[in-house]
Amino acid sequence: MKLRVKFRKFGPIRFIGHLDVMRFFQKAIRRAGIDVAYTTGFSPHQIMSFAAPLGVGLCSNGEYMDIEVNSMESCQDILERLNRVSVPGIEVISVKILPEGAENAMASVAAASYTVRFREGKEPAADIEAALPGFLEREHIPITKKTKKGSREVDLKPGIFRLEWQSGAFFMLVDASSGGNIKPVQLLEALLAECGETLQENALSITREDVYTDIGTKDTPELVPLEDIGSPS
Amino acid sequence: MEGQLALSEDILMKIEKPERYIGHEVNSVVKDKDKIRVRFAMCFPDVYEIGMSHLGIQILYDMFNSMEDVWCERVYSPWIDLDAVMRSEKIPLFALESQDPVKDFDFLGITIQYEMCYTNILQVLDLSQIPLLAKERGEDCPIVIGGGPCVYNPEPLADFFDIFYIGEGETQYRNLITLYEHCKEEQTGREEFLRRAAKLPGMYVPRFYAVEYNEDGTIHSFTPVEDGIPATVRKEIVTDVTDTYYPMKPVVPFIKVTQDRVVLEIQRGCIRGCRFCQAGQLYRPVRERDVETLKKYAMEMLKNTGHEEISLSSLSSSDYSKLPELIDFLIEECGRQHINISLPSLRIDAFSLDVMSKVQDVKKSSLTFAPEAGSQRLRNVINKGLTEEAILRGSALAFEGGWTRVKLYFMLGLPTETEEDIRGIAELSNKIAAVFFETVPKEKRVNGKVQIVASTSFFVPKPFTPFQWAKQCTKEEFLDKAYQTRTAISEQLNQKSIKYNWHEADASVMEGVLARGDRRLGEVIRRVYEKGSFYDAWGEYYHNDRWLETIAECGLSGDFYTHRERPVDEILPWDFIDCGITKEFLVREWEKAKREEVSDNCKQKCQGCGAAQFGCGICFEPKPETP
Repeated sequence: MKLRVKFRKFGPIRFIGHLDVMRFFQKAIRRAGIDVAYTTGFSPHQIMSFAAPLGVGLCSNGEYMDIEVNSMESCQDILERLNRVSVPGIEVISVKILPEGAENAMASVAAASYTVRFREGKEPAADIEAALPGFLEREHIPITKKTKKGSREVDLKPGIFRLEWQSGAFFMLVDASSGGNIKPVQLLEALLAECGETLQENALSITREDVYTDIGTKDTPELVPLEDIGSPS
Repeated sequence: MEGQLALSEDILMKIEKPERYIGHEVNSVVKDKDKIRVRFAMCFPDVYEIGMSHLGIQILYDMFNSMEDVWCERVYSPWIDLDAVMRSEKIPLFALESQDPVKDFDFLGITIQYEMCYTNILQVLDLSQIPLLAKERGEDCPIVIGGGPCVYNPEPLADFFDIFYIGEGETQYRNLITLYEHCKEEQTGREEFLRRAAKLPGMYVPRFYAVEYNEDGTIHSFTPVEDGIPATVRKEIVTDVTDTYYPMKPVVPFIKVTQDRVVLEIQRGCIRGCRFCQAGQLYRPVRERDVETLKKYAMEMLKNTGHEEISLSSLSSSDYSKLPELIDFLIEECGRQHINISLPSLRIDAFSLDVMSKVQDVKKSSLTFAPEAGSQRLRNVINKGLTEEAILRGSALAFEGGWTRVKLYFMLGLPTETEEDIRGIAELSNKIAAVFFETVPKEKRVNGKVQIVASTSFFVPKPFTPFQWAKQCTKEEFLDKAYQTRTAISEQLNQKSIKYNWHEADASVMEGVLARGDRRLGEVIRRVYEKGSFYDAWGEYYHNDRWLETIAECGLSGDFYTHRERPVDEILPWDFIDCGITKEFLVREWEKAKREEVSDNCKQKCQGCGAAQFGCGICFEPKPETP
């Protein structure tokens, strides 16, 4: 049986890197006494898939991990068991059963939503709220992306599904697929560049709100949170 | 939740591995500050990943936190990157759990595991904003207390510590804490607390002792400066290692640390009596833990941590009497739960090979032998029981079982070593390769070859060993021996199957100076630190020239401490410590070494070392009838 686990990551735990969060859950699953399935072979490991990796320093209200169990009492029981052995800063908020043949968390990621604030003392001088409509009307938003081999130009525009300014914070829904992932920092850098400013180092406080998959067709995409793929029992 | 951390977002985002500094690990202990009376900061003066791998700290952390009135937290050396930030921004070093400054604690306990961490101790004090010198500390400063193997010669560090705790931590800390609480109530002040502490068993308070030197630099006298201060300090030991503290819920780090597994300590001490080995003498007598208790502990700790691996810890684990029973149990239970067993180095025989083949991938793992010396003559000098016959027999068995890799550990610079002994290293390696070609028929050879890796370290004489009087080699002598080894290996028939590794010699010489040094070296350590040295145990940060130059500046000589055979009647800096084994025994062993005579181990025949005074362990178990 495949389960999709949704969890929050917050507070000091935001400094724990993605690989270490995976290690944390491997150990937590053992502590929780969950009857998890293992791969076969000389060094078996737990069958586990994480959705989009979260950068160090970011909080999240919607992280996902798929696991496979041989048996369980109920989704609620798995949730409670995991939270009992967790640390403040990692909280499981839902456990769902995935339908037969569902894509794993990693493969199914299409988009992610974020709330982004400027840290105190690192707010830009320009009126970004005023600059926003013009920015969004542009046909192309080219940025230079640094890669291992050098740098290349990419267009952010097709990957911006929503970008709003609400009471002192940006809310954004952007492409998070393996081919077109947009980082909130890239988007804010481009917006500030529009205002003739550069983003200060470590200026943003970022919370990922959720991760989405696309259940629509090629012409009419339909983004839904990853947890909606599963059912509660 | 921001603001709970001692370091700002900006700092945490720019340093390497911020996880080292944020606490919050599973099983870390957080207490209500208002409900405790004593705050203890427990420090391992090296980077987090090393410090978190140390069992002793986990035991003491568990012990202190089981006391209702005490909250014990952890502290490690900030890495080089954060160190620079903390200095420039004047951020005081903090404990991980509360993130509160260490300088506000009642105690700062520092475990001293190896000589090359001495400068890191000063780094920790300095970053904590605690005066480096004990005599300059005021009433508000934490009591700085040291423990661990290096306190069996604490003298080079005497200036920096208020107290050294000699021996195993489980026994006297409760009494020390209670004494501290009384002194606080009575408002006796720091000095009076230390005076009373000096009268507790196992406590050495350096300020109450004076050293006088002879003109030749040797010690003339070492005496208490006040009445009532004991002239000798006897080590503390746990007499029943089953009925004592053991951490059922060890802290589980987020990041991968060196020892990322459950560690089960199966026994303390060693029966072997190898003459170079300090641990083998310090932790006498051998005390085994009850096997049923260990099985229970193993399961409990695996459940509480979620670790996917367990390892056994002790000296010479093959000597633990219930080892087969324990390993069989673990193989069965761990197999069911997909838990790996990491085996300690075992004597190679049919039993260990069978066990190894069950828990490791034979093709990927290697056999390990530690003959320590290349010839039987020199192995007799050091009282290392391993014979060439046993090594060759074990190798043959292993090669038949499919192993193709062998690791060999040797020491260079042992007392009485000759060129012939060194050539023995090459010859033994060659013979093992030959055994492979004789044992394994051509068609069965994986990749057609065997891989022997011979490694040598340089011998550093340590206090409380029969070699404590021995002359250590100079750097040039060490390197010459390494070159001789390399040449001898290259002359062997099977030289293509043998790889040779050796260590840098600089640090081994300095380790020797500090290991057998006296109080005058405190000045050297302080100056070297002030010139910018710490993380000396990390090769890339070790500045040998700086040490040499500073020793000279202080009017001392490194050779005085290392390159000199001491007469057995010389007063040694650590003579005031009674580590449980007598000087007479050590002298006897030193003389037997020179005569190339071996001594029986504790299971065969008591050698009268003196450890029986503790009234426990192997000293009171029946010996086989002598034939």
